[in-house]
Amino acid sequence: MATTLFEFFRACTIQAFKGDRRYYGWMSGWTLLVVLGAIAYSRQLDQGLIVTGMSDQVSWGFYISNFTYLVGVAAAAVMLVLPAYIFHRDDFKAALIVGKSMAVAAVVMCISFVTVDLGRPDLVWHMLPWLGELNFPHSMLAWDVVVLSGYMVLNLLLIFYILFIKFQGREPEVRKYFWAVLLSIIWAISIHTVTAFLFSVNVSRPFWNTAVLAPRFLASAFASGPAFIILVLQAINSLTPLKVGEQVVRLLGMVVTVALQIHLFLIFVELTTDFYFETEHAASIRYLFMGLRGVGNLMIWTWASMLMLLIAVVVLSVHKLREDRFFMNMALVLVMVGIWIEKGMGMVVPGFIPTPAGEIMEYSPSFTELMVTLGIWSLGVLVFTVLIKISIPIWLHHLEMKALMEKSISKGRKKS
Amino acid sequence: MKKQLWNRRTILRRGGLLALLGSVFGGGGTLATQAAQEHDATSDYFAKFFQKHYLRMTPEELDKAMERIVRQAKRDHGVDIKVSNDPPVEGVLFGMAINISRCKGVRKCVEACMAENNQSRDPSIQYIRVVEMDNGKLDLNNSDHYYEAEQVPRPGKFYLPMQCMQCENPPCVKNCPTKATWKELDGMVVVDYDWCIGCRYCLASCPYWGRRFNWSKPGIPSDEVNPFTHYLGNRPRPKGVAEKCTFCIQRTRKGATTACTAACPTGARIFGNLLDPHSEIRKVLEKKKVFRLKEELGTLPKIWYFFD
Repeated sequence: MATTLFEFFRACTIQAFKGDRRYYGWMSGWTLLVVLGAIAYSRQLDQGLIVTGMSDQVSWGFYISNFTYLVGVAAAAVMLVLPAYIFHRDDFKAALIVGKSMAVAAVVMCISFVTVDLGRPDLVWHMLPWLGELNFPHSMLAWDVVVLSGYMVLNLLLIFYILFIKFQGREPEVRKYFWAVLLSIIWAISIHTVTAFLFSVNVSRPFWNTAVLAPRFLASAFASGPAFIILVLQAINSLTPLKVGEQVVRLLGMVVTVALQIHLFLIFVELTTDFYFETEHAASIRYLFMGLRGVGNLMIWTWASMLMLLIAVVVLSVHKLREDRFFMNMALVLVMVGIWIEKGMGMVVPGFIPTPAGEIMEYSPSFTELMVTLGIWSLGVLVFTVLIKISIPIWLHHLEMKALMEKSISKGRKKS
Repeated sequence: MKKQLWNRRTILRRGGLLALLGSVFGGGGTLATQAAQEHDATSDYFAKFFQKHYLRMTPEELDKAMERIVRQAKRDHGVDIKVSNDPPVEGVLFGMAINISRCKGVRKCVEACMAENNQSRDPSIQYIRVVEMDNGKLDLNNSDHYYEAEQVPRPGKFYLPMQCMQCENPPCVKNCPTKATWKELDGMVVVDYDWCIGCRYCLASCPYWGRRFNWSKPGIPSDEVNPFTHYLGNRPRPKGVAEKCTFCIQRTRKGATTACTAACPTGARIFGNLLDPHSEIRKVLEKKKVFRLKEELGTLPKIWYFFD
């Protein structure tokens, strides 16, 4: 067992570093961006968060915006697991490993974004149970730490289990790991619900303090996440030996469409509730859409995002257009970008404007923030690429222990 | 709040593990011991790194922590500061009432607060925000935060000072992921500046915008450092942590009033013990018609406002 385990990790490491010129170019490009991000972050560590655009008035910004968006992407892996294991769609199983890898990469990015947002990242051990003082179950942030790290461990274990069995030339038995699949489905929904609660439980911020926030989070996640997955699946189909069936893309396209329709409906519900009889609780949403007392930096982004989502929902809802690969892909990109704006900056920042004391202070990310953010996204791409690079050949039984052993034996023979 | 988990054995075990980690980070056991004897900035940093939560420290550990604070202030400012650790007095619950008929918006409280509490001057951190509003409506969303102080009081306007309300039911305490902020028995909501990880969830959850964050290392001219400090109050803060009004814990626990109350030229602020039936603040609460900000949220602020 121990030797098998050792062989497995050795094979994985070798596989991660083996590749043609294109692979190396791709990896070094993203690594360079990670390094640039790290340089920007070291400046922030040295001087403090003053190098960001944040203030006492707008105390969360671009980092937490990206974090919120990516929790949705992580949760969306459930849309591949659900059909594969609950509705027994075997064609989805090939896509499963892609979805799980994406979830892991997204959680890595989430944890990175939260960490760079901390004023004292060196003291993060204060959140560890036993050693530190995790304020569980009172603090929603404590819940978020628990569900996010749990989700990461669960997904890594699932990937590891499936690949490790395949590596030994066997097929994993569904009934043995079905409980983990079931748990990961519930868990995926929980990570996004808890992240919504992180905002919605704050009575200090009327903009967030609404029960519709969690459903909105889930709807937007199940639109933007699968949009990501569809685009990645197409790339994988053309670049790797893994072939995911046309039916998978079709069904996921349907998921994006319905989720987007629900999401837009929920935005409409919010707008009606806030503006039918406008109170001061609508100040933030007014700032977001129309500007408040003469300022409105976010307006252009909000309307751009609304336009993108509206175009996308029309294209996706018309069957003929959705069936057309070009139109569908364009719509998916619009969904991804539109929701990234709307759920990131458009959700986090207006919560702070105006402040509970009625002050208006605007926010825009600084250069350092942009570079650090770019670095973390690049890190996510790297993690995802490596996971995919390793898991596809193992999944397809192209990389197996037996073959490796025979190879090394024949090599040894040649030498003697 | 009592936790029996921290018996001696676990403390020893955990302490041992931390010390092991410490020696690894510190670059070898002997080096770490030598440095600890010299008490330089690096050894103090590592000791601080492994420092426990304020409420979990033994009296000896707390003494050492306070010595480190004194040494750090000496290094940073060349000033000998005193750090007290006066505990809450039984039968005392502090509260404040502000007479907004008397407040003229001169902001003397803001200045006195900055000087007393060693707040960063650059970048500027102020616990008190005095807002100017039009007569006839109490509407924070249309208040002016940056009115010119030379011309006050302006006709047709009134002034409302805001700061941490020392809520009896504080959302910031509930939200803090590391229990780095809590409500003391005498009512102040305080922060352990060495335990805060700087996530700023408390800033997001405060309905009164009562909290501030050290976006950089606090910039205080050395000759303006107030040397009389309290561990949970105005001692110098590191960068990257939250801070707030503590009702001048370093003064009030010694029986004095808050700096803002003392500085107000019109006597608009009344500070005292809510549990003492003969205190002035109790008389105000009984005789005047008072209100609190955002009372509908159920945060139970301990700052009341009233008119003459």
